[in-house]
Amino acid sequence: MESRNTSRRTFLSLSMGLPLGAALAACGSSGPTRPGGASGGGTKATYWYLSTQPQEGIRTAAMERFNKANPNGQIAGTTFQNDAYKTKIKTAIGAGQAPTIIWGWGGGGLRSYVQAGQVEDLTSWFGQNAAVKDRLFPSSFGAATVDGKIYAMPCETVQPIVLYYNKKLFEQIGAQPPQSWGDIMDLVPKFNAKGIAPFSLGGQSRWTNMMWLEFLFDRIGGSEVFQAVFDGQKDAWSNPAAIDALTKMQALIKANGFIKGFSSITADSNADQALLYTGKAAMMLHGGWTYGSMSTDGGDFVSGGSLGYMNFPPVDGGKGDPSDTVGNPGQYMSISSKASPEQKEIAKKFFASVLSDEEVKAWVGIGSVPIVKGADSAFGSSKDAEWLKFVYGIASNAKTFAQSWDQALSPTAAEVLLDNIAKLFQLSISPQQFTSNMNAVIGK
Amino acid sequence: MTALPTSHGRGAPQAGTRGARNGSLAWLTVPALLFFVGFGVVPLIGVLALSFTTWDGIGDIRFSGFDSWRAVLTDPGLPHALWVTFLIMALSWLVQTPASILLGVFLAGAQRYRALLSVLYFIPLLLSSAAIAITYKALLDPNFGLGAGLKIGLLTQDWLGRPVLAVSVVVFVVSWQFIPFHSLIYQGGVRQIPRSMYEAAELDGAGRIRKFFSITLPQLKYTMITSSTLVVVGSLTFFDLIFVLTAGGPGDATRVLALDMYKRGFQANLMGPASAIALILVFVGLALSLLLRRLGGGKSDTSQLEGA
Repeated sequence: MESRNTSRRTFLSLSMGLPLGAALAACGSSGPTRPGGASGGGTKATYWYLSTQPQEGIRTAAMERFNKANPNGQIAGTTFQNDAYKTKIKTAIGAGQAPTIIWGWGGGGLRSYVQAGQVEDLTSWFGQNAAVKDRLFPSSFGAATVDGKIYAMPCETVQPIVLYYNKKLFEQIGAQPPQSWGDIMDLVPKFNAKGIAPFSLGGQSRWTNMMWLEFLFDRIGGSEVFQAVFDGQKDAWSNPAAIDALTKMQALIKANGFIKGFSSITADSNADQALLYTGKAAMMLHGGWTYGSMSTDGGDFVSGGSLGYMNFPPVDGGKGDPSDTVGNPGQYMSISSKASPEQKEIAKKFFASVLSDEEVKAWVGIGSVPIVKGADSAFGSSKDAEWLKFVYGIASNAKTFAQSWDQALSPTAAEVLLDNIAKLFQLSISPQQFTSNMNAVIGK
Repeated sequence: MTALPTSHGRGAPQAGTRGARNGSLAWLTVPALLFFVGFGVVPLIGVLALSFTTWDGIGDIRFSGFDSWRAVLTDPGLPHALWVTFLIMALSWLVQTPASILLGVFLAGAQRYRALLSVLYFIPLLLSSAAIAITYKALLDPNFGLGAGLKIGLLTQDWLGRPVLAVSVVVFVVSWQFIPFHSLIYQGGVRQIPRSMYEAAELDGAGRIRKFFSITLPQLKYTMITSSTLVVVGSLTFFDLIFVLTAGGPGDATRVLALDMYKRGFQANLMGPASAIALILVFVGLALSLLLRRLGGGKSDTSQLEGA
């Protein structure tokens, strides 16, 4: 009996000991080397980016074009899934193992890298290379700027949040798309009476709810209401416009404005979009990226012209500019301050090549608007020309293009914000409780 | 007997082997010990140290005394998370234990069809928690799920969107997944009960129910303690299923302590407070398993079974 026990234990220790030894050996040999450090043929810069298609193909193609043109200073790319990337890049930067080129969303995340001294200040580089800066949308630089200095190169596409609607359902009840907040509240009982949900919402994802507040705050109080929060002014959430927006939000929820069960629907599964194109919900406030997925998943919904879209309507008596929008003003690439000088040079060279004519064409080809001035000249031949013109119009005419709140704020404040937004939409806290909870994390 | 010198000669190396074997046995625990210290004790000490610092996971680690602990202990989210954790723990124990005992007793029978059933019942245990969560999430979707598909009104609830329903769903899915495992434990326990006890009871005229309550249940006492310890300590660290199924929602209705720790540490970048919560989890877990050992009279190694 005893010998049987010990032999089992022996086996266990061995089986556990072996991988440990292997892990230790691996640490010893590969741990301290910086990824992309001088290896083989000359210095290489490293670049991590997202693997979602069709975007991944465009990113890879841009990198390969650069490598072909610069045989002496190449870039080695690695792709990651969206959510895995968010954790991975944070850990890598914290451990001093960041890639040369750090792909990201700008805003609060970038600010935390800047505060930790992990990314290069690019202000003077943009000063010397004004041409690189001047051909991009000026609005794309807001989220790349921390305390007046530019730390990231804006790239890729602009993704405003728009109000989508199902034209067929509006015909069915004989109504027009809303021109004001009052219209929205009037439409709610009309759709509910026909058994159609007025709005689709993937509430479990929380940032989906946030898009509503972003627009209501802007339309009621103007862009300065959230700007005050962003700037860290004391009690900025207590602005009367904020209370008004939160109250209006809860009034819409209480009037059954959103589909039944919205707080158990996630945006990741695209179920919220499915509700719109299957005719279960009449309208949806969502990011510009959903146009592409609705045209692939929604059968002839988009190609048959049933999808309508518009900017969020004004709120009666509100101070906000109706041309304002929110969303992602671009994507961002920063340079790790831990990279070698050669790697930094390669990265800067790569930045100068960003959004070449080929790349612009590729983005337009998948229904996205690149952040380049005059990109609209490439729209003509696209089957999505009307949509592209609409997005280009919103992005280039917006008086303020605000960044999504959860991206603009620090990760700490963003988590508290999303948590409180979920509770606000559950009607488990009042607007006053929301503002006092949020005031507590201002500037954190 | 004739071979005395040789037996002596044989005996000496034998004793030597035994001594060497004992020595080598102690030595063989070293890899496992290293593994445990390296991946269990050292990180725990690291977490203890981190709980007295402020760190966002990226920048420098700064010592900040009791700031993190103060922040965690004064946060109204902590009692709530503890309450949800204990609620889910208590409910899953209440659901799993009776069901597992009954199934275990049933499966302990020698009949063929019961052996077949026990294989079938075992299936949920083979699936990963994340896969189970994704599947249930799809089935429970109020607009595209099972209820909506079959047009059954009763099933078309906002399952994950209302606090009470969401907690019930979590308890149900957890139980669905783990009842097979605990049934297996009870099945083994029941099979160890000597037949002679039942035969004696039958001679005294005891019926099925009387036998169950007077023999089976008391004899399963230590099996119950083992199984309960696993339920209780297991539900403390329950994370993957809840994270995928509800993400702690609606609001914070299903935000258990482990999920709270993850959100603070990896979403809000507050490593200090997250470490403090991790330590609270460790303490609560240790206290509970000690308490359960005490309930077993502190000598759960002894057995009432005949001959053992």
